Amino acid sequence: MSDVVPPSVANVFVSRSASPVLPAPAGDRKSLVRALLGDAFTAFATLMIAAVLLIAVPQLIGWGVTRGVWSGDGTACTGAGACWVFLREKYPQILFGIYPPAEQWRPVAVVAIFLALALWSLPPRNWTRATLVAWIVGTLGVLVLMGGGVLGLKEVSTSDWGGLPITLLLTVISLGLGFPLAVVLALGRQSTLPVTRAICVVVIEIVRGLPLLSILYVAAIMLPIMLPDGMTIDKLLRALVALTVFSAAYLAEVLRGGLQALPPGQSEAARALGLSWLQTTRLIVLPQAIAKVIPPLTNTVVVIVKNTSLVLVVGLFDLLSSGRAALSDPAWPGPYAETYLFIALIYFVICFGVSRYALWLERRLSFGATR
Amino acid sequence: MTASSSAVELLGVHKWYGDYHALRDINLTVAKGEKIVVCGPSGSGKSTMIRCINRLEEHHQGQILVNGGALTSDLKAIDAVRRDVGMVFQGFNLFPHLTILENCTLALTWVKKTARKEAEAIAMAYLERVRIPEQAGKYPGQLSGGQQQRVAIARSLCMDPKIMLFDEPTSALDAEMVKEVLDIMVGLAEDGMTMLCVTHEMGFARQVADRVVFMDAGQILEVAPPAQFFASPQHERTRQFLGQVLH
Repeated sequence: MSDVVPPSVANVFVSRSASPVLPAPAGDRKSLVRALLGDAFTAFATLMIAAVLLIAVPQLIGWGVTRGVWSGDGTACTGAGACWVFLREKYPQILFGIYPPAEQWRPVAVVAIFLALALWSLPPRNWTRATLVAWIVGTLGVLVLMGGGVLGLKEVSTSDWGGLPITLLLTVISLGLGFPLAVVLALGRQSTLPVTRAICVVVIEIVRGLPLLSILYVAAIMLPIMLPDGMTIDKLLRALVALTVFSAAYLAEVLRGGLQALPPGQSEAARALGLSWLQTTRLIVLPQAIAKVIPPLTNTVVVIVKNTSLVLVVGLFDLLSSGRAALSDPAWPGPYAETYLFIALIYFVICFGVSRYALWLERRLSFGATR
Repeated sequence: MTASSSAVELLGVHKWYGDYHALRDINLTVAKGEKIVVCGPSGSGKSTMIRCINRLEEHHQGQILVNGGALTSDLKAIDAVRRDVGMVFQGFNLFPHLTILENCTLALTWVKKTARKEAEAIAMAYLERVRIPEQAGKYPGQLSGGQQQRVAIARSLCMDPKIMLFDEPTSALDAEMVKEVLDIMVGLAEDGMTMLCVTHEMGFARQVADRVVFMDAGQILEVAPPAQFFASPQHERTRQFLGQVLH
């Protein structure tokens, strides 16, 4: 037995000197070469993918760039290369449908208005009552601008509206009206009042149980039958009702997840402070519930943006169906790939923008939480 | 009005959760300025009892009077009671999406319609009092448990309550943080606040309580001033409980 006992096995130990605070050791980063060719399977996969890319990419470049047709008319497009000139000639029709060409500054202004409103609304500090009013006034203004008949604007029937403005209008209105409706449905589904709860459950489950296509058909075909003779509803309005109800049911279920994730102590604390049910819901419950469900909410919003393209089945010319209509011109050989790529790019910009914004918002609304 | 001298009166109060009889014939009168400590084993109905006083729980039989007014399902009366009764929870329940200052000013601006400047001045005064004014701009998630609970106390005090309810305010805290919260509560007691505290802190009970209430299985079994309660508990169950709690 030795007299000196190391501290690790001593029964009694008092620290005499502080251990120095050291920087974390540098991570063992895998090199790119190891990541791509580390073992036999990885190397095989890398080489196979490289081979596919080596064949496909030059082909695509050949089609799209070197053999691409950038000028001329329908006869210049032989099918050997991409018929980009078609887009150059037809982009007003793809973007704005059969809206009278002389009046096309109006749909351009509509897109600009929505873009400006959306950009302004991005930072949470702009989420004010004034912004909400701006959206309502802006959307009503857009409807007037598109429809005309007042202020010296030539009247344009909704059946002549088309393209990107229709897609944006359907998205903004179905989300703008669907979201408040979803809040009501989600809160109603949590209600202790049995009748309220039952109504909300039935509405949500029926709408969720039906494909959007069938809801659109019901709105387009059944609504006129159900109405008294001589009364008609605009086709666009019918599609809007269908999309709004559909969005509301899906958003309501997403919100319900957020409401259920909220500890009951939050509303108890608010009620104990004397806040009314409405104040508690608006100031404490909803802001937290919504912040919790930003990822699934984003998902639903992106799906709804893309779902607006289904209105083509009821004869509305949204972006996608305007593009298809433009393709039917017999003077051109029908450059489908080019047109769909163009339309896909627009959808992608919108949906990718929504996703990135939501990701930023999620971090922004984490309220100093470290995890 | 005889009721005017008492802050809280519970008269023959019963409550059930389904078939479970959670509160059995509770009778307790708390005078203005009195400090009551409620103790007892878990599940004995302590929290349920004080949560009935600001109607976070509904009682099914009997009467509860707060500052002389009876608690019924009348929403106006409930709101009036809640304005006069502050509550501090075991889990703090600060609003995580609001800053410390906003947590404190929220009810002032929305319930009392106090102007923002004035509300912030009141809030800062109470944050001063609980000794964390420097944290006003942070979010609750950035504070320690003890700091959060002190903010929760300040948040309640901002509404200038006549009665404070504490529902196990230190049970979720590390031993090191218990004292900082208890110190605030002792200070509050010294200023003459009417307090009902559910707590396992027997030292606090000895120091500030006018009376200690012992509950078990939904009943009040014993009520006594702390000296008598700890030195010579009368009920068999109380002796058994104190034997477990005091070493």
